[in-house]
Amino acid sequence: MADISSSQTGSPTDARLADARRQLDGAARRRRWQLLSPAIVLIGIFGIFPLTITLLYSFLSPGTYGGVTWEFSTDAYVQFLFDRDIFDDTLQFSSTYLSIYGRSIGLAFGATVGALLIGFPTAYFIASKPPEQRNFWLFLITLPFWVNLLIRTYAILLIIRDEGFINIGLMWTGITDAPIGMLYTDYAVFAGLIYSYLPFMVLPLYASLEKLDFKLVEAAYDLYASRFQVLRHIIVPMAKPGIVAGCILVFIPGLGAYITPELLGGGKELMIGNLIALQFAGSRNWPFGSAAALILMVVVMVSLIVYVRYSGKEAQGHG
Amino acid sequence: MAEPTQTPATEASPDPVPKRRRRMKDLRKQPGFDTIAWICLFFLYAPIAVLIVFSFNDNRSVVKWTEFSLRWYRAAFDNDGIREATIVSLQVAGVAAVFATTFATMAALATTRVRAFKGQTLAYAVINQPLMVPEIVTAVATLALFGLIKQATGVTGIGYLMMAHTVFCIPFAYMPIRARLEDMNLTLEQAAADLYATPFQVFRRVTMPLMAPGIVAGAMLAFVVSLDDVIITLLVAGPGETTLPVYILGQIRRGITPEINAVSTVLLGLSVVLVSIFFLIGNKKRA
Repeated sequence: MADISSSQTGSPTDARLADARRQLDGAARRRRWQLLSPAIVLIGIFGIFPLTITLLYSFLSPGTYGGVTWEFSTDAYVQFLFDRDIFDDTLQFSSTYLSIYGRSIGLAFGATVGALLIGFPTAYFIASKPPEQRNFWLFLITLPFWVNLLIRTYAILLIIRDEGFINIGLMWTGITDAPIGMLYTDYAVFAGLIYSYLPFMVLPLYASLEKLDFKLVEAAYDLYASRFQVLRHIIVPMAKPGIVAGCILVFIPGLGAYITPELLGGGKELMIGNLIALQFAGSRNWPFGSAAALILMVVVMVSLIVYVRYSGKEAQGHG
Repeated sequence: MAEPTQTPATEASPDPVPKRRRRMKDLRKQPGFDTIAWICLFFLYAPIAVLIVFSFNDNRSVVKWTEFSLRWYRAAFDNDGIREATIVSLQVAGVAAVFATTFATMAALATTRVRAFKGQTLAYAVINQPLMVPEIVTAVATLALFGLIKQATGVTGIGYLMMAHTVFCIPFAYMPIRARLEDMNLTLEQAAADLYATPFQVFRRVTMPLMAPGIVAGAMLAFVVSLDDVIITLLVAGPGETTLPVYILGQIRRGITPEINAVSTVLLGLSVVLVSIFFLIGNKKRA
């Protein structure tokens, strides 16, 4: 076939055919980008371009009533690490903002681990159900996710506050005499984060576990593996892509959470999200807010790169 | 832990089929996993259930049950603030869903069922960009951009809020439409073309009806996502553009009343109905 076509190159029909194909390809390409352009242009202008504005703003000086004044300054980044003395203008190391980032990362990480510990057995439970029941279970798990995050957080607040159900139950059974102050603590935020993002963990885990070939499990048992060994050496390694994806999907929104710490942390236990919002709404230091937002973006990017590395390796391993 | 395997020989059963099934099921079990799964479900639903139950409570209290009543629903309905916020929410979500779904449909048509093309990865990355960036960052960045535009043009209005919502709804509308299109093969469209249908007729009579469930699902997701947004709306919305969730947040900060439960229940019910329809459509596809 190859020599026939090559021997015919140069013939007028062939040239015309190639020409027509090129034109068709060109038309298809134009049509494709025409169809894509509204979405891409819109997201480009209102999604990506604003991030460059944030980058620019982080190097400007704050305006008196919010906004920025067009004066170059690295104060926003300096302020992140140092306190400027109002009298002699010296810089002193301050860990105020670093500790907010530290706590946010800690809380988001803790919530990720918590969600994994609850989510993995749940996903496995669904995957081991008969296929016709799985969709129903999946629906049950995802449904709360579509309920407004604010409303879900409010529901948690109703339960854990001093007059809430948990305290009433504890006092009724006589375990405690006075309500335990659970609201406005890091524990409340931690529980709220798990509650908010648990479905994000279950879904990718389920996607991995659903493909699990139970013949392998059977084979392991035949070779005298214990249940824990089967879990450790067969099920968990097979679910690894799902574990990585689920952890990322919980960690990233958890890190930037705003509503959860706002309502359950009472605004006192700040997380990055509240710090950023506060700079734009309350303190009116836009450059610092922009810098804080960009630093959050960098942390997120690093997590995503780790994720891509991992999942890339997995894909290669399977291919 | 119980013995992992039951050898079929020890189990004398006249019917081999149920025996095998029982054995398989047993093998799949991991100790404690079922319990955790049930706790997980309880953890997910109990707070919401409490919230709903006490929205029907006659008492001012949100913990002590007295009597069933629709009192707080009436109170919420008569509240001007809630009514205005509901109208704003529905307007913004409606506009955002229509535009986001239109653009997402076009993008899905361009990116599915084609050979890999130059810039494909880039196109995917751009479309999914709103999902990659933390919401709070999107919120402040959008606020900064809108501030600049307002300064330069002097134009204000609810259009900004609708634009912001449209943008973050696009990836949500795109996902189900793309999934639907990928499940369709090109044979029907090719058959129509062979029968001398014009490209427009093919699109109108074959492609559109086949991808309609995906479009409806996408529109519904976009609507729910827009309806649920708090952070971006909180920072971007101007005066008089308070949406229902933002209104609820303000009320919670002021103090807890059963009225909040009632409004929350209505909003929750709306989301649940829309998402249930979305799932039903999704399941029908496979049948």
